[in-house]
Amino acid sequence: MTTTASARKGRFGWHMNAVGIIGAAIILFWMVVAIAAPWISPYPVGQIVDFDYYGPMSAQFWLGTDYLGRDMLSRVLMGARYTVGISLAAVAIACFVGVTLGMIAAVVGGWFDAILSRFLDALNSLPSLMFGLVVVAAVGSSMTVLVLTIAVLYAPGSYRFARALAVNVNAMDFVTVARARGEGTIYTIREEIFPNIIGPVLADFGLRFVFIVLLLSGLSFLGLGVQPPNADWGALVRENIGGLSFGAPAVIMPSIAIASLTISVNMLIDNLPRRIRDRSE
Amino acid sequence: MGNVVEIRDLHVSARTDSGRTVEIIKGVDLNVGAGEMVALIGESGSGKTTIALTLLGHTRTGCSIRKGSVRVAGRDVVAMSGAERRRLRGRQVAYVPQSAAAAFNPSQTIMDQVVEVAKIHQLMPMEEARQKAIGLFRALALPDPETIGLRYPHQVSGGQLQRLAAAMALIADPEVMVFDEPTTALDVTTQIEVLRAFKSVMRERGMAGVYVSHDLAVVAQIADRIVVLKGGEVQEEGATEQIVTAPKHGYTRALIDAFHPRPHEAAATERPGPETPVLEVTNLTAGYGAIGRDGRPEYLALKDVSFRLERGRSLGVIGESGSGKSTLARAIAGLLPPAIGQIRMDGVELGRRTKDRSKEDLRKLQIVFQLADTALNPNRSVGAILSRPLTFYHGTRGRECEAEVDRLLDMVRLPKALKHRLPPELSGGQKQRVNFARALAARPELILCDEITSALDTVVAAAILDLLDELQRELGLTYVFVSHDLSTVEAVCDRVLVMYQGEKVEEMPTSRMKSGAEHPYSKLLIASVPQLDTGWLDGLDRERASPGAEAGR
Repeated sequence: MTTTASARKGRFGWHMNAVGIIGAAIILFWMVVAIAAPWISPYPVGQIVDFDYYGPMSAQFWLGTDYLGRDMLSRVLMGARYTVGISLAAVAIACFVGVTLGMIAAVVGGWFDAILSRFLDALNSLPSLMFGLVVVAAVGSSMTVLVLTIAVLYAPGSYRFARALAVNVNAMDFVTVARARGEGTIYTIREEIFPNIIGPVLADFGLRFVFIVLLLSGLSFLGLGVQPPNADWGALVRENIGGLSFGAPAVIMPSIAIASLTISVNMLIDNLPRRIRDRSE
Repeated sequence: MGNVVEIRDLHVSARTDSGRTVEIIKGVDLNVGAGEMVALIGESGSGKTTIALTLLGHTRTGCSIRKGSVRVAGRDVVAMSGAERRRLRGRQVAYVPQSAAAAFNPSQTIMDQVVEVAKIHQLMPMEEARQKAIGLFRALALPDPETIGLRYPHQVSGGQLQRLAAAMALIADPEVMVFDEPTTALDVTTQIEVLRAFKSVMRERGMAGVYVSHDLAVVAQIADRIVVLKGGEVQEEGATEQIVTAPKHGYTRALIDAFHPRPHEAAATERPGPETPVLEVTNLTAGYGAIGRDGRPEYLALKDVSFRLERGRSLGVIGESGSGKSTLARAIAGLLPPAIGQIRMDGVELGRRTKDRSKEDLRKLQIVFQLADTALNPNRSVGAILSRPLTFYHGTRGRECEAEVDRLLDMVRLPKALKHRLPPELSGGQKQRVNFARALAARPELILCDEITSALDTVVAAAILDLLDELQRELGLTYVFVSHDLSTVEAVCDRVLVMYQGEKVEEMPTSRMKSGAEHPYSKLLIASVPQLDTGWLDGLDRERASPGAEAGR
């Protein structure tokens, strides 16, 4: 009896393996940092605190100094706010909108599906940096504008992906049974379709998150992203790229921060409890 | 000696996802003599395909041969290296899969794929291989043997494709042929042609064969010897004649009993006076594709079908695939809006689609699908699946709903503990019972059963049919029973409706089915059902003047 119970739990329970827990811990760590950054960073972000540029790691400046002699630790901690906050918010909005619309389009079909698909295809054809440039030129740069712009850019891809999955599930007999029972669209989507596409949708979420981190640093490089003296991690790498030849921590540390975040997001998603991940099997 | 295949004390085990090792085959011995056809028969999970695959030195992913030997033509397959096995496959042992449609590459011509074995093993020049293939096509009674190889797999019918798969296996003159349920997916009328072709080719060449099937009647026609398997062990082994006529083992007897269903007795006595029928269908026409100017769709799947069905009765709808029988069920359920015609339930006309029907109309008519695997949402527990229609139609919630779910599970003879399980954790028969219980939850008057026993093993299906019969008597249900299996229909239905190419060909009482069919198509269909009699197929050959008449279809 106990063996069957434990086998059941292992196969379809909430149990998560070590890799997934490590991923979750790193993400949690960066989220805490993002929230607490103003209180824990040792120096103000924009203040030049050292005459030496690309300074090495020392007891005074844990992560060295950047190309102007600013404290890197403070800049990385504050950068977490932008990278983690904007990317997570943007990916969450993009996936929520895209997946919801994708499922509705798959279930409703007909002209609704056709018009929505063509509209989102048209949106997909806009070059992302160009679109960002136009939006920022028109309304100025702020965190809200950045989050929404990036969400708009990434929602169509998410829509396409979810719609393709949902169309397959929609053809299954249990959806037909629900329809024959007289169920409405919302019930069908929420109870019959969504639980069966959640696994691949989450994997897509992780991938999209990484792309958004990259786009964000691209926007910052063009001066459209986070405005100086603040900087997200991508921008920190860009502005300190000259220090690469000196092996300065100023360029290496933000790179490590980006890598740790993106890898851990994917580590978490690939190792989510089977209860969530394997639902679509 | 003289045995082409000798299996000794074979043990095959599999690793489950949770890392446990399960023994699938528990010490099986099997001999196949030269020119002998041995059938492996049993329900799904009995290990029949696993044994057949070991002849090719193959096991499915996660399985491994743990112990024992499999000698083919004197050499032990188990001890062979990968390269040796590759040389064996196709040349000495060949395999005919269940689904030929899935076994052919849709983007290559048939000929290229048939001669592939000769090409891989460099057995003969390509031109010679093609000539040989044409000879095989002729031997397998395929139409246009000269040119059929130039076609692509989708351009031939299912029965032809199955014979082409056999040609593919025969090209290298193997010593042993392995047939893995080759006719299970075919219609009865097509099955005859395929069986006949297989039988004559095997007999002509004197090849040894292993035929895997769950259908005792089919096996009785083609095999010399039958091995009955259950749970990875041999239950009984004997000559076909002996197994069919004088089975010794209890399981074999159950298999044979399941084959002879008790004929259905009319549930209610004839009631005089005109009663409003539960279901009345008049001039129903439906189809797919663009709607033409006359209001008819481009491709008609259902042409002008009418029938009446009285309360408490069951109507069987039979016909081969493509005859429109499933379309009929879908049109009645409102899933495919009919172009012309009316559907009345209890004298009230129903809307053309589910959207146009009232909740009450939807409740009274429930549909149960063939594949319980896809008809149950794999992510919702059995309890959730059954309580949804209760809440949806009757507003039952909470404890009352729980009690009702228990009652439903009890009604379909399932333990109450099952309600916390997810559908993938149930067996095929259990899933189909849950599927049926969901329809019962609505407290319907009419249930449309679309091939609900077709995917089940004989013994399991017989139990489901018994249940259906019992529930009909208890609850006064009315069934429309769509099936391609005539013995199933015989077991539960009062009347039978024969469909052919979208038209209703004939309607008659079930009792008259065997003797009183008038339309030539009904006669052909009914005569094509394999009988549990070793001489049935050969008798049929003698009976028919031109056996190739239907083969061209």
